[in-house]
Amino acid sequence: MKTYEQINDRIESGKAVVLTADEIMDYVDKKGLEAAAREVDVVTTATFGPMCSSGCFINFGHSKPKIRMSEAWIEDVLVYTGIAAVDVYLGATQLRHGDPANMYPPGEFRYGGGHVIEDLVAGKSLQLFALSYGTDDYPRREIRTYFTLADVNQATMVNPRNCYQNYNVAINDSDRTIYTYLGVLEPRRGNATYCSAGQLSPLLNDPYYETIGVGTRVWLAGAQGHVYSEGTQHAGGCERTSDGVPKEGAGTLALTADMKRMKPEFVRGVSLRGYGVSLALGVGIPIPILNEKVLQRTCVRDRDILAPVIDYGNDYPQKTGRVICHVSYEQLRSGEIEIDGKKIIVGSMSSYHKALEIARLLADEIRRGDFLVSRPIQALPKDTTMKSLVIRRKPS
Amino acid sequence: MSQILTKKLVLFFPRYDCEKPIIYHLVKDHNLVVNVYRAKVTPEEEGYLVLDVRGTEQDIQKAMDFIKSCNVTVNNSGKGVTWDEHRCTHCGQCVTHCPTDALHIADPATRRIAFDEDACIECLACIRVCPFEACASAF
Repeated sequence: MKTYEQINDRIESGKAVVLTADEIMDYVDKKGLEAAAREVDVVTTATFGPMCSSGCFINFGHSKPKIRMSEAWIEDVLVYTGIAAVDVYLGATQLRHGDPANMYPPGEFRYGGGHVIEDLVAGKSLQLFALSYGTDDYPRREIRTYFTLADVNQATMVNPRNCYQNYNVAINDSDRTIYTYLGVLEPRRGNATYCSAGQLSPLLNDPYYETIGVGTRVWLAGAQGHVYSEGTQHAGGCERTSDGVPKEGAGTLALTADMKRMKPEFVRGVSLRGYGVSLALGVGIPIPILNEKVLQRTCVRDRDILAPVIDYGNDYPQKTGRVICHVSYEQLRSGEIEIDGKKIIVGSMSSYHKALEIARLLADEIRRGDFLVSRPIQALPKDTTMKSLVIRRKPS
Repeated sequence: MSQILTKKLVLFFPRYDCEKPIIYHLVKDHNLVVNVYRAKVTPEEEGYLVLDVRGTEQDIQKAMDFIKSCNVTVNNSGKGVTWDEHRCTHCGQCVTHCPTDALHIADPATRRIAFDEDACIECLACIRVCPFEACASAF
C-alpha cells in the first residue's frame, strides 16, 4: 500500500518507478503482482483522437475605446459571446462562416473551430472580427484586428467531454457509402473503423474510477491541466466484462488546461468528409499505484477489452440499440475482423502511435520530477446511465 | 542491349492548345509501354498527366526530349501525390482505403504509418479520407 503523498515524495526526489500502460503487463508477469505493486509508483496512460466536445474560453482584453462583443468570429468561425464583454467561447465543431457544409454531399469541411485552436496553439496570427450594439460604457460597435495566443489574457481549454472510456466499432450494412465521424464507411461491411487507444487508454486502465476523478492532474496536449467534472454522457453504470472492463462507451472526463502551455503536435484540427470539423487532442493520465488492485487493473490487455460493433448505416442513426457483436482491440489492431464469416478490413480514427508517444512523454516528465499525481477531490459516479431525449407534446 | 526501365513521370501542360497526341508518339515513335494514372489535359487550361513509361534508358531519354520539345514540363520525381509525415498523426484511417498499400502500417508495435511512393497509383482516396490533410495532390 502506498499513499499519494509517498508517491509524490518519490517523484520529487527523482526516484519514482514509472512504466507506461503497454509495458506494465509484461513487467507484472515477470515480477509478480505483489512485488511489482511495491516497486512501481506510476503507470502512464494516454490517448489521441478526435474529441468533438472541446473548446476554449478566450479573454481578449479591452480595445480603446471599449467594445462589449455581441457577435464575434475568429477567422470567420463564430464564437459564443453570451458572456462578459471580451470573453468568448470557441467550440471545436463550429464551421467557418460560408462553408457549404453538406449542401453538396459529401462536404469537405476544410476549416472550423478545431482548426482555429490548432492555429492558435501553433502561434499563428488570426483575425478577430466582432460587432456590438454599443452602450454608454462600451461605445465601440465594430472591431477587426489580428492577434496571437500570446496577445490574449487567457486561453483556457475547457472540454465538456474527452477520453471516452471505450467506443463503438462502426460498420455499414447499407448499400451506399456513408460519411460518419468514424470515417468513410464502404457499403455492405466493406470496412470497419474504431476509435480508442485500447490498453493504453486512461479510463480502461482504471475502469471503476478508483484513482481518476474530479481534481486529477492530467497531461492535456502537453500542458498540465485537470479533470474538472465527470464528462457529459458519463455513464459508469454500463455493461462490463467479468474483469470490470466496460463493453461500451461508459465513462468520460471533462478536462481543462492552459492553452498557452500546449504543444502544437497534440492539438490538431480535424476535417471529416461528409460529417464536419472537430479537434483531435492528446491526453495523458498517470495512475498512481496505490495497491495491488489498482496495479492489476492497469494490466488490462487489448485482447481483454471488447468493443461493440454497430451498424452506422441504420442502427446508429435510428437509435435501434442493436449491437451486432463484440470484438477485442487485439482483433481490431490485427487489421481485420471477421463477422458472420466475412472478413472486414479495419482502420482507426484514434492514433495509437501518438498515444504511445504521450504515455512515454508523461512517464519522462514524472521521472524528472516535473509532474505530480493528485488525489481526486470527488469520485466519478459508477452507477449512472445515459438518458435519451424524449420528444413530447407541450404539457397542458 | 540496354536495360529495360520503368519511370514515373509527371507532366505539366502550360495553358495552350496542345495538338500533339503525346502518348501516341511515346508508344509509336519511342517504343514505350505507357500506363496512365491520371490526366487532365484540356484546351485553354493548365493540365497534367501522371504516367509510368517502360522501355530502354535511351528510348526513355529520347521520349523525354520529345515531350520537352512540345513545351511540356517533365517532372521525373514522380510525386503527383505527397504525404506529409509531420501532418500525419498515424491514426490509420487511410490504410483501409488505399488500394495498393502505398499507405501502410510500417511498424505493428507502434502503428507508425509509412508511404511507399512507388506503390502509389494516385487514386486520391487518401486525400478524401485523411482527417488531418496529411496527403495532398500536386494538382
